[in-house]
Amino acid sequence: MYKLALTATFALTASTAMAQTEITWWHGMGGHLGDVVNQIAAGFNESQDDYTITPVFRGSYEETLTGAIAAFRAGEQPNIVQVFDAGAATVIGAQGATIPVQTLLEDNGVDFDIEDYISGVRYFYADSDGTMIGMPFNSSSPVMYYNADALEEAGVEAPETYEDFEEIAPALKEAGYIPMVQTHLPWEFVENFHSRHNLPFATNDNGYDGAEGTEILINSDEMAMHFTKVKEWLDNDLFGFFGTGWDDNQAQFINGNAAMYIGSSGDFGGLTAQDLPFEWANTYLPYWESITGGEGYQTFIGGASLFAMSGHSDEENAATAAFFEYLTSPEVQYMWHRETGYVPITNAAYEMAQEDGHYDRFPAAETGIKQLQLQSGENTHGYRMGFYVQIRDIENREIARFLNGDTSIEDALATIETEGNELLGRFAQTVQ
Amino acid sequence: MKRAGFDSRWLPVFLLMPQLAIILVFFYWPAWQALQSSFYLEDPFGFGSTFVGFENYLRLFRSSEYLRTAGFTVVFTVLVTFFALSIALLLAVKADKVLHGARTYRTLLMWVYAVAPPVAGFITLIVFNQRWGPLTEFFALFGWDFRVRLDYTDTAIAMVIASVWKQIPVNFIFFLSGLQSIPRAVREAALIDNRSASARFWTVTFPLLAPTGFFLLIINTTYALFDTFGLIDTILRNNPGDNPITLVYKVYVDGFRGQDIGGSSAQSVVLMVLVLALTIFQFRMVDRRIHYT
Repeated sequence: MYKLALTATFALTASTAMAQTEITWWHGMGGHLGDVVNQIAAGFNESQDDYTITPVFRGSYEETLTGAIAAFRAGEQPNIVQVFDAGAATVIGAQGATIPVQTLLEDNGVDFDIEDYISGVRYFYADSDGTMIGMPFNSSSPVMYYNADALEEAGVEAPETYEDFEEIAPALKEAGYIPMVQTHLPWEFVENFHSRHNLPFATNDNGYDGAEGTEILINSDEMAMHFTKVKEWLDNDLFGFFGTGWDDNQAQFINGNAAMYIGSSGDFGGLTAQDLPFEWANTYLPYWESITGGEGYQTFIGGASLFAMSGHSDEENAATAAFFEYLTSPEVQYMWHRETGYVPITNAAYEMAQEDGHYDRFPAAETGIKQLQLQSGENTHGYRMGFYVQIRDIENREIARFLNGDTSIEDALATIETEGNELLGRFAQTVQ
Repeated sequence: MKRAGFDSRWLPVFLLMPQLAIILVFFYWPAWQALQSSFYLEDPFGFGSTFVGFENYLRLFRSSEYLRTAGFTVVFTVLVTFFALSIALLLAVKADKVLHGARTYRTLLMWVYAVAPPVAGFITLIVFNQRWGPLTEFFALFGWDFRVRLDYTDTAIAMVIASVWKQIPVNFIFFLSGLQSIPRAVREAALIDNRSASARFWTVTFPLLAPTGFFLLIINTTYALFDTFGLIDTILRNNPGDNPITLVYKVYVDGFRGQDIGGSSAQSVVLMVLVLALTIFQFRMVDRRIHYT
């Protein structure tokens, strides 16, 4: 019976869709995000007759990457895999595992101009020559959300800089709020801290010039100053710290305990859906004017990108290229942006959202994109460090240890530097 | 006594084949692979690997973080084993004396056994929730600001409590059947000799339970070392931060999250050696000290 059904199905597909090329797309987008991913795939399948794409949810970002690597080693890799920011160096370092997206598109006759992509998105997944390797997909940036009612109650304005924050924080505390919480220490207070202040985060042009000799530059006066301040705020109840978990911290804002929180521009969709009992808005990630000596710099993207894995036939690669072309079209990007809160990756999609009046309706949806287009500097295009997932774990561990009062900031930063550099050295050895 | 035997030398081998094949494919082969990769530094995609000798091992023992994890694992294992065994023994002794409604009482005690580790972890997160967990609120009555997933010690305590809770039913079942297999005559004789219940327990019952206890000691040690993984992973939600982790969790974090195949393999080889030592210890103890009647 089963065999019969199978033969019948096969015969059916064979006759109706003889020439269709099938490709697979592994991703780590669960829940609502997964639904939108399926919607994009369905849209692509309906838009033409030559190709079919099948999206497969593979769990968390880490699980998706691990699964894709295992599959690659077994020769069973998907055509497209979603890789998150911290895992990018691993994939880009393994030359031959992926086809640079720019090459893929150009070889298949798709127009490609890196200038079409908004700055801040453009070079994060590119190599040192500026060739785009991974297609940015779900891109977000850290921004600061605030409870407008709480700020009004305390009679203060949302801070632009950390200096401003220091001035208004006591009033918020007085009004009964935790003035501020964060949600992702490495991303918000380390990686983007360097970009926002245009500080080098690693040697070798933040690691873009190759793994050999790349060292992390975290043990700096600026980092020590920032975290010493954070600890000082924490001790004076001007800041809240609820562990490394995103939700544990964000919950404090949602339930109205915290007046402000640093989160992702992509939180916008989720917060809107929650229908919070207070007015809220968002603004740029704060910076220290004492470090920049003027305006803050742009941040770079977090989130993930799509990589075309090698080892597939030309037809399948053509299908992948066609899918990327569809994905980057303004209509699809705008839909993705509207539904999820992730930033649109091309200028055309951004303009479409503007013309459609999306930001008049939801001003908070635009903050992330505008922040990605602030003034740039030589250190604002991203970072590329191998084994960075482990380095992030070390950052989380040591900084939490410092904030919990179990170590000094000097020791914490020195430990991150030592252990981080050891991992970077090992990574350089593996990619030779 | 008549000894049964096989006529052919090959028949037993043939009958063992399926079992051997399974062990070979799911244990010896991966173990061999782990041993092999522990001497190499390999890129995740398998494009190339460099022989580094014992470097992966030396790195482990130089790393203060690894030693800290090892230290925590020892403390964790000792605490979980001790409490899981002693509480289960206490419950079993008491349950053994219950005459009315014994079955209901025992079933209720065994119930937790059916809870899957991730579910147990999830329940832990609920009862210890930072903001509204009932146990967090209970601790707050004593002025203890209990912060699971934030404070190292608090997270450790939550992990130990959850792991002990999860393991008690198994121990309880074994202890209870152990108690029930002590001959009635022995108990009655003891009752005539000594009227003190606790003295009877420590001099008669406890030694007679020793085989069960020893078996459980080994089972509980391996449980605390390895089977608590699901629970720990659920509590930490894939993001350890400044929270305690056990050695087996570190293998996972470094290997599967961090893609460090060589380092992670070296760690699993260390764990394999540990299990080997535990097994040897168990067999030797069984031979010498513990007498199963």
